[in-house]
Amino acid sequence: MPRLYFEDFVPGTVRTYGSYRLSRDELIAFATNYDPQPMHLDEAAAEKSLLGGLAASGWHTCAILMRIIADDFILDSAGMGAPGIDEVKWLRPVRVGDTLSVRETILEARPSKTRDDRGYVRFCFEVLNQNGEPVLEQTNSIIFGRRTGGAAA
Amino acid sequence: MTAYLDDLVPGTVAELGSYLFTAPDIIAYATAYDPQPFHIDEVAARDSHFGALCASGWHTAAIWMRLMVAHRNAAVAAAQAAGQPVPGLGPSPGFRELKWPAPVFAGDTITYRSTYVGGRATASRPGWGIARHENTGHNQNGVLVFSFQGSVFWQRRPD
Repeated sequence: MPRLYFEDFVPGTVRTYGSYRLSRDELIAFATNYDPQPMHLDEAAAEKSLLGGLAASGWHTCAILMRIIADDFILDSAGMGAPGIDEVKWLRPVRVGDTLSVRETILEARPSKTRDDRGYVRFCFEVLNQNGEPVLEQTNSIIFGRRTGGAAA
Repeated sequence: MTAYLDDLVPGTVAELGSYLFTAPDIIAYATAYDPQPFHIDEVAARDSHFGALCASGWHTAAIWMRLMVAHRNAAVAAAQAAGQPVPGLGPSPGFRELKWPAPVFAGDTITYRSTYVGGRATASRPGWGIARHENTGHNQNGVLVFSFQGSVFWQRRPD
Protein backbone atom coordinates (compact mmCIF):
# COMPACT_ATOMS: atom_id res chain seq x y z
CA MET A 1 0.00 0.00 0.00
CA PRO A 2 1.26 3.54 -0.71
CA ARG A 3 2.41 5.61 2.24
CA LEU A 4 0.86 8.90 1.12
CA TYR A 5 -2.70 9.69 0.12
CA PHE A 6 -4.52 12.92 -0.68
CA GLU A 7 -5.25 13.47 3.02
CA ASP A 8 -1.53 13.57 3.86
CA PHE A 9 -0.81 16.78 1.90
CA VAL A 10 -1.32 19.78 4.16
CA PRO A 11 -1.43 23.26 2.60
CA GLY A 12 1.30 25.56 3.90
CA THR A 13 3.83 22.76 4.36
CA VAL A 14 7.31 23.63 3.07
CA ARG A 15 10.04 21.00 2.59
CA THR A 16 13.45 20.95 0.89
CA TYR A 17 14.90 17.68 -0.43
CA GLY A 18 16.87 15.96 -3.17
CA SER A 19 20.44 16.09 -4.45
CA TYR A 20 20.82 15.55 -8.20
CA ARG A 21 24.20 16.19 -9.77
CA LEU A 22 24.05 16.91 -13.49
CA SER A 23 26.98 15.47 -15.43
CA ARG A 24 28.21 16.78 -18.76
CA ASP A 25 27.39 13.45 -20.41
CA GLU A 26 23.79 13.58 -19.21
CA LEU A 27 23.32 17.22 -20.22
CA ILE A 28 24.63 16.54 -23.73
CA ALA A 29 22.68 13.28 -24.09
CA PHE A 30 19.35 14.90 -23.19
CA ALA A 31 19.97 17.86 -25.49
CA THR A 32 21.04 15.58 -28.34
CA ASN A 33 17.82 13.58 -28.04
CA TYR A 34 15.32 16.33 -27.29
CA ASP A 35 16.68 19.86 -27.68
CA PRO A 36 19.67 19.93 -30.06
CA GLN A 37 20.33 23.68 -30.01
CA PRO A 38 23.94 24.94 -29.92
CA MET A 39 23.51 26.59 -26.46
CA HIS A 40 22.80 23.10 -25.04
CA LEU A 41 25.44 21.18 -27.02
CA ASP A 42 28.49 23.24 -27.82
CA GLU A 43 30.59 25.29 -25.37
CA ALA A 44 31.86 27.78 -27.94
CA ALA A 45 28.42 28.49 -29.41
CA ALA A 46 26.89 28.61 -25.91
CA GLU A 47 29.40 31.30 -24.83
CA LYS A 48 27.93 33.61 -27.46
CA SER A 49 24.30 32.90 -26.52
CA LEU A 50 22.21 34.75 -23.93
CA LEU A 51 22.88 31.85 -21.55
CA GLY A 52 26.58 32.78 -21.51
CA GLY A 53 27.86 29.22 -21.57
CA LEU A 54 26.77 25.62 -21.92
CA ALA A 55 23.41 25.17 -20.18
CA ALA A 56 20.89 22.37 -19.83
CA SER A 57 17.69 22.35 -21.86
CA GLY A 58 14.87 23.79 -19.77
CA TRP A 59 12.90 20.63 -20.50
CA HIS A 60 15.77 18.69 -18.95
CA THR A 61 15.45 20.72 -15.74
CA CYS A 62 11.71 19.93 -15.72
CA ALA A 63 12.58 16.23 -16.16
CA ILE A 64 15.09 16.35 -13.29
CA LEU A 65 12.46 18.01 -11.06
CA MET A 66 10.09 15.14 -11.95
CA ARG A 67 12.76 12.60 -11.01
CA ILE A 68 13.56 14.28 -7.69
CA ILE A 69 9.90 14.44 -6.61
CA ALA A 70 9.30 10.89 -7.88
CA ASP A 71 12.12 9.57 -5.71
CA ASP A 72 11.16 11.70 -2.72
CA PHE A 73 7.44 10.95 -2.50
CA ILE A 74 5.49 10.31 -5.70
CA LEU A 75 6.58 6.66 -6.01
CA ASP A 76 5.49 6.09 -2.40
CA SER A 77 2.10 7.73 -2.90
CA ALA A 78 -1.30 7.03 -4.42
CA GLY A 79 -0.29 9.41 -7.22
CA MET A 80 -2.46 9.29 -10.34
CA GLY A 81 -0.55 11.66 -12.59
CA ALA A 82 -0.94 15.35 -13.28
CA PRO A 83 -3.50 17.07 -15.50
CA GLY A 84 -0.98 19.72 -16.49
CA ILE A 85 1.34 22.49 -15.35
CA ASP A 86 0.02 25.94 -14.49
CA GLU A 87 3.33 27.70 -15.06
CA VAL A 88 7.07 27.13 -15.40
CA LYS A 89 9.67 29.88 -15.15
CA TRP A 90 13.21 29.11 -16.24
CA LEU A 91 15.02 31.57 -13.98
CA ARG A 92 18.74 30.78 -14.35
CA PRO A 93 20.89 28.52 -16.52
CA VAL A 94 21.66 25.04 -15.19
CA ARG A 95 25.32 24.16 -15.73
CA VAL A 96 27.42 21.02 -15.95
CA GLY A 97 28.25 19.88 -12.41
CA ASP A 98 25.35 21.69 -10.74
CA THR A 99 23.72 19.82 -7.86
CA LEU A 100 19.97 20.44 -7.82
CA SER A 101 17.50 20.19 -4.96
CA VAL A 102 13.81 21.03 -4.59
CA ARG A 103 11.96 23.37 -2.25
CA GLU A 104 8.31 22.34 -2.20
CA THR A 105 5.38 24.38 -0.92
CA ILE A 106 1.91 22.86 -0.76
CA LEU A 107 -0.45 25.59 -1.93
CA GLU A 108 -3.84 23.93 -1.89
CA ALA A 109 -5.61 20.56 -1.50
CA ARG A 110 -9.13 20.01 -2.77
CA PRO A 111 -11.19 16.86 -3.30
CA SER A 112 -12.33 16.16 -6.85
CA LYS A 113 -15.82 17.47 -7.49
CA THR A 114 -16.68 14.62 -9.84
CA ARG A 115 -14.74 11.59 -8.53
CA ASP A 116 -14.94 10.87 -4.81
CA ASP A 117 -11.91 8.54 -4.85
CA ARG A 118 -9.32 11.27 -5.56
CA GLY A 119 -8.26 14.84 -4.94
CA TYR A 120 -6.01 17.54 -6.38
CA VAL A 121 -2.97 18.89 -4.53
CA ARG A 122 -1.45 22.08 -5.92
CA PHE A 123 2.28 22.59 -5.39
CA CYS A 124 4.93 25.22 -6.02
CA PHE A 125 8.27 23.54 -6.71
CA GLU A 126 11.45 25.60 -6.80
CA VAL A 127 14.54 23.89 -8.17
CA LEU A 128 17.63 25.24 -6.40
CA ASN A 129 21.28 24.94 -7.40
CA GLN A 130 24.14 24.27 -4.97
CA ASN A 131 24.31 28.00 -4.17
CA GLY A 132 20.66 28.05 -3.13
CA GLU A 133 19.69 30.04 -6.21
CA PRO A 134 16.35 29.13 -7.82
CA VAL A 135 16.86 27.93 -11.40
CA LEU A 136 13.26 26.91 -12.09
CA GLU A 137 9.86 27.56 -10.52
CA GLN A 138 6.92 25.34 -11.35
CA THR A 139 3.31 25.46 -10.17
CA ASN A 140 1.07 22.47 -10.79
CA SER A 141 -1.51 20.10 -9.38
CA ILE A 142 -1.03 16.36 -8.90
CA ILE A 143 -3.91 13.90 -8.49
CA PHE A 144 -3.80 11.55 -5.48
CA GLY A 145 -6.12 8.77 -4.43
CA ARG A 146 -8.02 9.30 -1.17
CA ARG A 147 -7.33 7.07 1.78
CA THR A 148 -11.02 6.85 2.54
CA GLY A 149 -11.78 5.81 -1.02
CA GLY A 150 -14.45 8.47 -0.80
CA ALA A 151 -16.83 6.28 1.22
CA ALA A 152 -16.68 8.52 4.29
CA ALA A 153 -16.25 11.77 2.40
CA MET B 1 9.11 31.21 -38.95
CA THR B 2 12.13 33.25 -39.95
CA ALA B 3 10.43 36.66 -39.93
CA TYR B 4 11.42 39.31 -37.40
CA LEU B 5 9.09 39.59 -34.41
CA ASP B 6 7.43 42.72 -35.87
CA ASP B 7 6.59 40.82 -39.06
CA LEU B 8 5.10 37.65 -37.55
CA VAL B 9 1.40 37.25 -38.35
CA PRO B 10 -0.88 36.12 -35.49
CA GLY B 11 -2.78 32.96 -36.38
CA THR B 12 0.03 31.54 -38.51
CA VAL B 13 0.27 27.78 -37.94
CA ALA B 14 3.50 25.82 -38.20
CA GLU B 15 3.21 22.07 -38.77
CA LEU B 16 5.99 20.53 -36.70
CA GLY B 17 5.50 16.92 -37.79
CA SER B 18 4.58 13.64 -36.11
CA TYR B 19 6.22 11.16 -33.76
CA LEU B 20 5.45 7.51 -32.98
CA PHE B 21 5.76 6.71 -29.26
CA THR B 22 6.92 3.09 -28.96
CA ALA B 23 6.85 1.12 -25.71
CA PRO B 24 10.68 0.87 -25.47
CA ASP B 25 10.95 4.61 -26.08
CA ILE B 26 8.33 5.42 -23.40
CA ILE B 27 9.99 3.09 -20.89
CA ALA B 28 13.49 4.48 -21.57
CA TYR B 29 12.47 8.11 -20.96
CA ALA B 30 10.39 7.27 -17.90
CA THR B 31 13.04 5.02 -16.37
CA ALA B 32 15.41 7.99 -16.38
CA TYR B 33 13.04 10.78 -15.32
CA ASP B 34 9.52 9.65 -14.38
CA PRO B 35 9.55 6.05 -13.14
CA GLN B 36 5.90 5.79 -12.12
CA PRO B 37 4.55 2.26 -12.69
CA PHE B 38 2.14 3.28 -15.48
CA HIS B 39 5.10 4.72 -17.48
CA ILE B 40 7.62 1.86 -17.06
CA ASP B 41 5.72 -1.40 -16.55
CA GLU B 42 3.12 -2.70 -19.02
CA VAL B 43 1.53 -5.07 -16.49
CA ALA B 44 1.28 -2.47 -13.73
CA ALA B 45 -0.06 0.04 -16.26
CA ARG B 46 -2.93 -2.31 -17.16
CA ASP B 47 -4.01 -2.30 -13.51
CA SER B 48 -3.71 1.50 -13.21
CA HIS B 49 -6.42 4.06 -13.92
CA PHE B 50 -4.77 4.65 -17.34
CA GLY B 51 -5.37 1.02 -18.37
CA ALA B 52 -2.22 0.69 -20.52
CA LEU B 53 1.39 1.83 -20.75
CA CYS B 54 1.49 5.58 -21.43
CA ALA B 55 4.22 8.17 -21.90
CA SER B 56 5.41 10.58 -19.23
CA GLY B 57 3.89 13.95 -19.99
CA TRP B 58 7.42 15.36 -19.91
CA HIS B 59 8.37 12.93 -22.68
CA THR B 60 5.46 14.26 -24.78
CA ALA B 61 6.77 17.78 -24.14
CA ALA B 62 10.40 16.88 -24.93
CA ILE B 63 9.38 15.48 -28.31
CA TRP B 64 7.58 18.77 -29.06
CA MET B 65 10.91 20.54 -28.45
CA ARG B 66 12.80 18.09 -30.67
CA LEU B 67 10.37 18.58 -33.55
CA MET B 68 10.36 22.37 -33.03
CA VAL B 69 14.16 22.49 -33.29
CA ALA B 70 14.08 20.46 -36.52
CA HIS B 71 11.35 22.73 -37.90
CA ARG B 72 13.35 25.87 -37.07
CA ASN B 73 16.55 24.45 -38.52
CA ALA B 74 14.74 23.71 -41.80
CA ALA B 75 13.21 27.21 -41.87
CA VAL B 76 16.61 28.82 -41.24
CA ALA B 77 18.24 26.75 -43.98
CA ALA B 78 15.49 27.73 -46.43
CA ALA B 79 15.83 31.43 -45.54
CA GLN B 80 19.61 31.32 -45.93
CA ALA B 81 19.28 29.57 -49.29
CA ALA B 82 16.87 32.30 -50.41
CA GLY B 83 19.22 35.04 -49.20
CA GLN B 84 16.73 36.22 -46.56
CA PRO B 85 17.68 37.49 -43.09
CA VAL B 86 17.51 35.03 -40.19
CA PRO B 87 16.31 36.68 -36.95
CA GLY B 88 17.82 35.35 -33.74
CA LEU B 89 15.63 33.60 -31.21
CA GLY B 90 15.82 31.95 -27.81
CA PRO B 91 16.01 31.08 -25.06
CA SER B 92 12.57 30.77 -23.45
CA PRO B 93 11.73 32.39 -20.10
CA GLY B 94 9.07 29.74 -19.46
CA PHE B 95 5.55 28.65 -20.31
CA ARG B 96 1.97 28.63 -19.01
CA GLU B 97 -1.09 26.40 -19.08
CA LEU B 98 0.56 23.16 -20.11
CA LYS B 99 -2.14 20.47 -20.31
CA TRP B 100 -2.12 16.73 -20.76
CA PRO B 101 -5.85 16.17 -21.42
CA ALA B 102 -5.52 12.52 -22.56
CA PRO B 103 -2.81 9.85 -22.22
CA VAL B 104 -0.25 9.09 -24.94
CA PHE B 105 -0.27 5.29 -25.16
CA ALA B 106 2.42 3.05 -26.64
CA GLY B 107 1.81 2.93 -30.40
CA ASP B 108 0.22 6.38 -30.59
CA THR B 109 1.46 8.83 -33.22
CA ILE B 110 1.32 12.45 -32.07
CA THR B 111 1.15 15.34 -34.54
CA TYR B 112 2.41 18.68 -33.22
CA ARG B 113 1.51 22.23 -34.28
CA SER B 114 2.59 25.69 -33.16
CA THR B 115 0.39 28.75 -33.72
CA TYR B 116 1.80 32.26 -33.33
CA VAL B 117 -0.45 34.16 -30.92
CA GLY B 118 1.27 37.52 -30.46
CA GLY B 119 4.39 39.33 -29.34
CA ARG B 120 5.55 42.20 -27.19
CA ALA B 121 8.69 44.26 -26.66
CA THR B 122 10.94 43.63 -23.65
CA ALA B 123 12.59 46.32 -21.57
CA SER B 124 15.35 43.95 -20.47
CA ARG B 125 16.74 43.15 -23.91
CA PRO B 126 16.77 46.01 -26.46
CA GLY B 127 16.19 44.87 -30.03
CA TRP B 128 14.37 41.79 -28.86
CA GLY B 129 10.86 40.90 -27.76
CA ILE B 130 8.86 37.93 -26.53
CA ALA B 131 6.91 35.83 -29.03
CA ARG B 132 4.02 33.74 -27.72
CA HIS B 133 2.87 30.53 -29.34
CA GLU B 134 0.05 28.09 -28.61
CA ASN B 135 1.40 24.60 -29.11
CA THR B 136 -0.61 21.41 -29.50
CA GLY B 137 -0.26 17.67 -29.97
CA HIS B 138 -3.04 15.43 -31.32
CA ASN B 139 -3.06 11.65 -31.57
CA GLN B 140 -3.91 9.59 -34.67
CA ASN B 141 -7.62 9.83 -33.79
CA GLY B 142 -7.53 13.62 -33.67
CA VAL B 143 -7.74 13.72 -29.87
CA LEU B 144 -5.86 16.57 -28.18
CA VAL B 145 -3.24 15.07 -25.84
CA PHE B 146 -0.92 18.03 -25.22
CA SER B 147 -1.03 21.82 -25.28
CA PHE B 148 0.78 24.78 -23.77
CA GLN B 149 1.29 28.53 -24.12
CA GLY B 150 4.97 29.00 -24.89
CA SER B 151 7.10 32.13 -24.95
CA VAL B 152 10.52 32.73 -26.45
CA PHE B 153 12.85 35.67 -26.96
CA TRP B 154 12.69 36.78 -30.61
CA GLN B 155 14.72 39.40 -32.45
CA ARG B 156 12.92 42.55 -33.64
CA ARG B 157 13.34 44.15 -37.05
CA PRO B 158 16.45 46.38 -36.96
CA ASP B 159 15.70 50.13 -37.24
